[in-house]
Amino acid sequence: MLSYFQRKKPQDFSWIPTNPVPHPYFDLAGKLLLQHEIPYSEKQMLTLVTKRILTKTESIEQHLFQKRCRRCGNTQAHLFAELPHTTCGKSCVYCRNCIQMGRVLECEPLYIGSANVQWPIYEAPCVWEGTLTPGQQRAADDLTALVQNCSGEHLIWAVCGAGKTEVLFPAITKALETGKRICLATPRTDVVRELQPRLQKAFPAVDTAALYGDSPDKNGQAPFVIATTHQLFRFAHAFDVLIIDEVDAFPFHNDPTLHFAAKRAAKREAAVIYLTATPRKEQKQRLRQKSLPVTFIPKRFHGHPLPVPVLKLTPMLHRSLNQGKLPQHLLKAIAAQQTTERQLLLFLPSIKKAEEIASFLEEEGYEVKSVHAEDHHRAEKIQSFRNKEYRILVTTTILERGVTFPSVDVYVIDAGHVVFDEAALVQISGRAGRSADDPDGEVRLYHIGKTDEMLDAVEAIKKMNKLGQKL
Amino acid sequence: MNCYLCFSPIVPEVNWTNFLLPVIEKKICRTCEEELEELPAERCPMCSRPGEGLCGDCARWEETLPGVLDQNDSVFTYNAFAKELVAKWKYRGDYVALEALETFIKEKWNVLNRDDYLTVCVPLSSERERERGFNQSEKIIEMVGKEPAYLFKRIHGEKQSKRNRRARLEAENPFSVVKLVDQPVIIVDDIYTTGRTIRHMASLLKENGCPEVRSFTIFR
Ligand SMILES: [Zn+2]
Ligand SMILES: [Zn+2]
Ligand SMILES: [Zn+2]
Ligand SMILES: [Zn+2]
Repeated sequence: MLSYFQRKKPQDFSWIPTNPVPHPYFDLAGKLLLQHEIPYSEKQMLTLVTKRILTKTESIEQHLFQKRCRRCGNTQAHLFAELPHTTCGKSCVYCRNCIQMGRVLECEPLYIGSANVQWPIYEAPCVWEGTLTPGQQRAADDLTALVQNCSGEHLIWAVCGAGKTEVLFPAITKALETGKRICLATPRTDVVRELQPRLQKAFPAVDTAALYGDSPDKNGQAPFVIATTHQLFRFAHAFDVLIIDEVDAFPFHNDPTLHFAAKRAAKREAAVIYLTATPRKEQKQRLRQKSLPVTFIPKRFHGHPLPVPVLKLTPMLHRSLNQGKLPQHLLKAIAAQQTTERQLLLFLPSIKKAEEIASFLEEEGYEVKSVHAEDHHRAEKIQSFRNKEYRILVTTTILERGVTFPSVDVYVIDAGHVVFDEAALVQISGRAGRSADDPDGEVRLYHIGKTDEMLDAVEAIKKMNKLGQKL
Repeated sequence: MNCYLCFSPIVPEVNWTNFLLPVIEKKICRTCEEELEELPAERCPMCSRPGEGLCGDCARWEETLPGVLDQNDSVFTYNAFAKELVAKWKYRGDYVALEALETFIKEKWNVLNRDDYLTVCVPLSSERERERGFNQSEKIIEMVGKEPAYLFKRIHGEKQSKRNRRARLEAENPFSVVKLVDQPVIIVDDIYTTGRTIRHMASLLKENGCPEVRSFTIFR
């Protein structure tokens, strides 16, 4: 029903000025802001509006059968509500979907900042001295060509551990040499925090900004922005190059408002790059229809194949898990694993189970910690595991992506659970064998009965390895 | 129907005891409901703070402003989930989020049987009211089906959370009376934290001849 209306009412960005005026206000460039987010007085704003550096626009569109929030693109009726608004004295509609970023009310306009500023031109900004593998180089060349033309879309399908960040360097260099503005958007805050210093190191002279929910920098006044996908809610036709990392990951996958925001954040003429290790149906379909150009990188940067998961049927698994325990033979397997050098990464389907199994293993005498999405000490616990301060990390699907450890075995407990879909299992398997020093690593899926998701994951990994061999 | 707090769809539960009854539209999902914590039976007789006997805050207040508040009643404990809810509703201004709790608030109100009391609204500073766009106390009073009585105005609007606990307890009265009453009243607000707001209002009411002052908050 909803998609029917959306198809009838395509995303319309005609409300964003087509010929933005040039100006020197870098902090307003390409922004879409509420009045209180603008760092200028009301009097200054009036001048900026007269000069068309700021453009006032309606915040919530009223259509015949639906409303649309112009900041987040929400059209779902239950995500709009009314408020007896004391300030204007009327009953006002507001958007509940993006209220986390400040309330959008129908009686208050949004302001669009003209994106027409001259960003600096950097000469040879990249100081990274590594070399790309032939697979990486091909992808890098394709992206550089895309950035040069500054229009179109391209998908990089790279296995976990292919070194996709380095693949972007030549294209980013090209963009910075020509005064273009870049945004790298990724679903998770952890990844923004990890990427920004890495990119800053590779591009030391370039002004970068990291934006996420509670980032110290709120402004993002830089030619190179690294942000969570949600931060795109505050941009309108701002970027010449938009890179969307992990297109297949929650929340970008499944949230139509983020797609709306991404489309709006890119300029009308922009290069849009998608990165994934595990494309979803939508992307695969576009690949088959050849409507989305793609470059595969089927090989890891160290040249070794991906570890193929081994399925382990464990009929008594649920009974043990319900008692907060692990079956005897799994415990024996862990004991054997623990005699090796490698650390162990255990995935469980829920926070509760992860905590229970962590305390069970602790009672059994192991050095173990658990970490999950709502854990305030997440970053420290991950870092101390990386420093090898303890041996077993029990976690949920939050660690399936982005986070890497040099030398681990990976066991998934109750791999048939719905949270472990094909993409999750491929990503989880990709945690093993990440370093050139220890390129292998054992991946085991403990289950009470094979699922299609497990079989598809194994098949996808084998296929990638086969493609990798051909190179 | 979707949960008013987490937006996830609510699947109505149909079983042998209710399948013939009309479907009651729920505004809160199971997961969110389970996070709400009812006040324990053992709580401060004066302010409902969980724990044994008269709490420390009340004991201190009884020294500085004795006998002003007859009793406070609340619906839920102010746990981490409640804090998140209040942040969403009041500070981010998601006006309808409170409706998730409507049935619980009404239920408690009906059990207490305070319909004969004058329901007194807590005023906001004008800048606060402009930021938020609504008054939280007014909304709760409307929710229990009563008319808000406006008896106070704020003298200076300062942010409570910026001052420490002790300073808050001893701070001066931020309210002044705009209308006098001689009937029993109940002050309605979202949270009872240190009791500063409610006790300062209560002291002014008692000074001006109000016979009984109670309070009702959602969280304690
Ligand atoms: Zn919105
Ligand atoms: Zn209004
Ligand atoms: Zn809920
Ligand atoms: Zn007390």
